[in-house]
Amino acid sequence: MEFNPKIMAFLCKWCSYTGADLAGTSRMEYKPNVHPIRVMCSGRIDPTFVIKAFRNGADGVLLCGCHPGDCHYQEGNYKCLRRYHLLKKYIKQMGIETERIKLEWISASEGKQYAELVNSFTQTITELGPCRVNETMEVLT
Amino acid sequence: MAEQKPKLKMAVYWGAACGGCCVSVLDVHEALFDVVAAADLVFWPIALDTKYQDVEEMPDGHIDLTLFNGAVRNSENEHIAKLLRQKSKILVAYGSCSHLGGIPGLANFSTKEDILQRVYHDTESTTNPGNLRPQQEYEVAEGVLELPEFYNDVRALADVVKVDYFMPGCPPQTARLVEVFTAIVTGAELPYPGSVIGAGDKAQCDECSRIKSDKKKIKKFYRPWEVFDDGVTCFLEQGLLCMGPTTRTGCDFRCIQGNAPCRGCYGPTPDANDPGTKMMSAIASVIDEREPAAIDKVLEDLVDPAGYFYRYSLPSSYIRRKLS
Repeated sequence: MEFNPKIMAFLCKWCSYTGADLAGTSRMEYKPNVHPIRVMCSGRIDPTFVIKAFRNGADGVLLCGCHPGDCHYQEGNYKCLRRYHLLKKYIKQMGIETERIKLEWISASEGKQYAELVNSFTQTITELGPCRVNETMEVLT
Repeated sequence: MAEQKPKLKMAVYWGAACGGCCVSVLDVHEALFDVVAAADLVFWPIALDTKYQDVEEMPDGHIDLTLFNGAVRNSENEHIAKLLRQKSKILVAYGSCSHLGGIPGLANFSTKEDILQRVYHDTESTTNPGNLRPQQEYEVAEGVLELPEFYNDVRALADVVKVDYFMPGCPPQTARLVEVFTAIVTGAELPYPGSVIGAGDKAQCDECSRIKSDKKKIKKFYRPWEVFDDGVTCFLEQGLLCMGPTTRTGCDFRCIQGNAPCRGCYGPTPDANDPGTKMMSAIASVIDEREPAAIDKVLEDLVDPAGYFYRYSLPSSYIRRKLS
């Protein structure tokens, strides 16, 4: 059977979720693998959310926020950026491919970029194959 | 009046542990006489000549209080954990290893094969011309000798049996043990089963005596020997990693009083689902850089984030072991 990845996306309310909404209202076609969750700010994306997504069977996690300097709360997206860099370092140590998490800046007017991002990220994850976190954690050896 | 009351039956056992938890029980010093006056120690391998068979012969629920320290590393630990669960009314996961997996849990970065290969073949001091490995069964003239099975995964006690209470710490503070023990002996109302006892609900930082400002901005992380600690300023503000922001209180700040940053042995605060990610969140937010390359430069000083943030808690985190 063809591998159909499950991807979680955390989108900030002010830019990225609105951008994703624009992609929808503009009737752009893009891959259906991404499950978006709206958060108030990319600075609200606790690393716990990302790790829990992997633990519950996500194959990839997408983080989106406002462009640097555009954060509605001024600093949130920078915090997200730093956490993203630390998280990548951590998951690499745990044997998870760092390509499985991706941070991109999507503004409210970038519906097209969002659709392209979803397509390219789905492509990356499809090539990587299923994430083995859930399967490994279920079995005690 | 103590004579009229039946004495409490108590057991202490070690799984994969260093022995420090058992020593912390002995650290009650002369109060041990009060403990012995209130409780019969029916099983305690480090101090008493009791055998597994003695426990097996006890009726179910015979022991009132069992302090189980150490992680579950092999089949012997698992067998005794299950046996003591059956024989005990209250089973307490005592210390970081049985609470969260502890230091032995760091073995989850390796597989069973990695460990056996390193220990029996690769270490610099090993000479093993016959390429021998321990076997679970070995036949000798007197019969068959058995060794416990070494597992691939290290587990916390609660992953193996139902645990009534968790007492964190590496080792737990003896004063907390005395408080808990007194509560049980006097029949005081105990918290809801499954709770953490003998520790606070707040984070270390909330009650830490070091001087903190709101300006936590870090351009570089230092190792403790690289900083001349002034003894009063918050460790994080001096660029030293400290687990204070997400670690429970209850340890009486032993490390911090000794001018060493917190290592997180009391485990995460009650609202943290995963011990390390909360800390990653806190640490990343205080880095004072905005460019990806500069952030990576600061993070270079965090050589081993997984080992640091999950020092005592790897087996009970979301990603319990390294994927192989």
